[in-house]
Amino acid sequence: MTDLSTPHRSGTAMQTALRWLLYLILCLFALYYLMPLFVMLTTSLKSLEEIRTGSLVALPREITFEAWKTAWSGACTGIQCEGLRPYFWNSILLAIPAVLISTLIGALNGYVVAQWRFKGSNLFFSLLLFGCFIPFQVVLLPMARMLGMMGLAGTIPGLIFVHVIYGIGFTTLFFRNYYVTVPNELVKAAKVDGAGFFRIFWSIFLPLSLPIIVVTVIWQFTQIWNDFLFGVSFSQAGTQPVTVALNNIVNSTTGVKEYNVDMAAAIIAALPTLLVYVVAGKYFIRGLTAGSVKG
Amino acid sequence: MAPILDIANLVKNYGQTEVLHDINVAIEPGDFLVLVGPSGCGKSTLLNCIAGLEPISGGSIHIDGQDMTHVSPKDRNIAMVFQSYALYPTMTVARNITFGMKVRGADKATQEAKLAEVAAQLQIEPLLHRRPGQLSGGQRQRVAMGRALVRDPKLFLFDEPLSNLDAKLRVEMRTEIKKLHQNLGATMVYVTHDQIEAMTLATKIVVMKGGYIQQIGSPSEIYNRPANLFVADFMGSPAMNLIPAKARKDGSGTKIEIARASGAPLVLTDASNANLPEDVILGLRPEDIAEAGYRSGENVQTAACLVDLVEPAGADTYVVSNMGGKQVTARMHAECSALAGQPLEFAFDLGKVSYFEPSTGERLN
Repeated sequence: MTDLSTPHRSGTAMQTALRWLLYLILCLFALYYLMPLFVMLTTSLKSLEEIRTGSLVALPREITFEAWKTAWSGACTGIQCEGLRPYFWNSILLAIPAVLISTLIGALNGYVVAQWRFKGSNLFFSLLLFGCFIPFQVVLLPMARMLGMMGLAGTIPGLIFVHVIYGIGFTTLFFRNYYVTVPNELVKAAKVDGAGFFRIFWSIFLPLSLPIIVVTVIWQFTQIWNDFLFGVSFSQAGTQPVTVALNNIVNSTTGVKEYNVDMAAAIIAALPTLLVYVVAGKYFIRGLTAGSVKG
Repeated sequence: MAPILDIANLVKNYGQTEVLHDINVAIEPGDFLVLVGPSGCGKSTLLNCIAGLEPISGGSIHIDGQDMTHVSPKDRNIAMVFQSYALYPTMTVARNITFGMKVRGADKATQEAKLAEVAAQLQIEPLLHRRPGQLSGGQRQRVAMGRALVRDPKLFLFDEPLSNLDAKLRVEMRTEIKKLHQNLGATMVYVTHDQIEAMTLATKIVVMKGGYIQQIGSPSEIYNRPANLFVADFMGSPAMNLIPAKARKDGSGTKIEIARASGAPLVLTDASNANLPEDVILGLRPEDIAEAGYRSGENVQTAACLVDLVEPAGADTYVVSNMGGKQVTARMHAECSALAGQPLEFAFDLGKVSYFEPSTGERLN
């Protein structure tokens, strides 16, 4: 008995030790990743005086929200000193319609490519996919020309248009891969029942799609909210998104560099995407791994 | 009576490949037509063509006298039950059943009344507020049938509806479908690869292979007088014994000579079939070979054969013997005295015999 159980027990002890080592390493990684956020948060809550004199990683001696207030409504972006607020709203006005429209079009495209195959639908899908891999820089000039011809240059609808176009490739891919797992017999049954193309989409496919809608919305929202290149290229004073304004705040200070304001502004600019992940993150994982639809 | 479904010269191509060749089938109201064949024979494609889910490349389809060749599925007055049931996963059972009526704009009261009627008929009232995901296979099958029944169509189409069920449930549902057919007097077209389902349900069977119709007929015609070797082999379990033999004319009848591995050839005399070619394939169902003394009739002949294998199967015992280079199975009664390795007196009932031409496989008698 002892002969048998001893190596077994030592094996368990070894396993436990390894497990704790693993946890330790994971915690170190987590700390390492959280470090920048920690520095940003503490710095944003310090006064300029304290930043100058104290250490970078030290906790604030005295917490002040002055920098946050300045970043939100008083920081200068070039000659205007209105803080991030107007640009934050620009980003919301831009991101929400762009996310919704590109998600809806993606769902429709995916539905067609997965369930209503037509001649050349595979080519159509490949070309759409190809769109995912075109670098942003390549389309800047043609897109600028196009927006000019459409009369949308420098406007928020223009930016929405750009993001929708750029997003369709990804959203189509997401929905197509999701809908491919839905048995085609469902469409056949609905056809026999008398439902048409949109009826089937609306009554049968959309209600099935919550997990993939969440994935797409998170993906698109993150992309569009964080976009800088399109924002800086296709906007003008007054229609710039928050990322561009953040850049301007950081780059256009005169005299003393207000690190606390920069940090607060950066956190404000990143908050919405963080929020989206916190609220819908668990659906994100679920949606990405969602397999077949159980009928 | 005018045929309720009339398929004439139907051809179906996928690109360059023709998958259905010149299909002609007509059925009367109240018929239960079963399309049967091995996988890939085109039976499901044919059903999809009837439903209008697949466009056809040639020929015509008439339902109840109307040309439906190019009509969309929803206007064909058909209902269909699918192999995977194809229930709408996000809708309750009740909404699954009424979806078709809702799409067609039937008013609420009619929907409710029809739903109650069908639910009672299929005994699914307790399930009406559940989702398909919460149902067992058999329950889903009932709901799928309810969705078809509620529409009162001219034609019911079933696409292998029982193949996802376990063996016991399959037999139960088979009986239920048969009852349903009798009670409703509805016309049904049913696709299956299971020849027992075909035999038990059909009033008319179409045996298909490789996109060609091999034989159309009543279950007893198909079973007793298969048109070719394929049908003979496919229908019936255990399959029909197909034994290579030599035929010699003998007065008004024929002497059939079957080679055996050891000993003299087995010679049978068929008094009723003359004019056979020299080489034939003799087809005898296992139940037409019995233990001597248990079968009588003018065409019964006995001969001693060596038993290779005895397989008791409860009600019957299958006795296998080697004849003409083939394993020949005889279906004998449960208490038969056969022993492996021992000779046994076999009784061959040539009254039910089929002859086939070995090269073409066509029936000769």
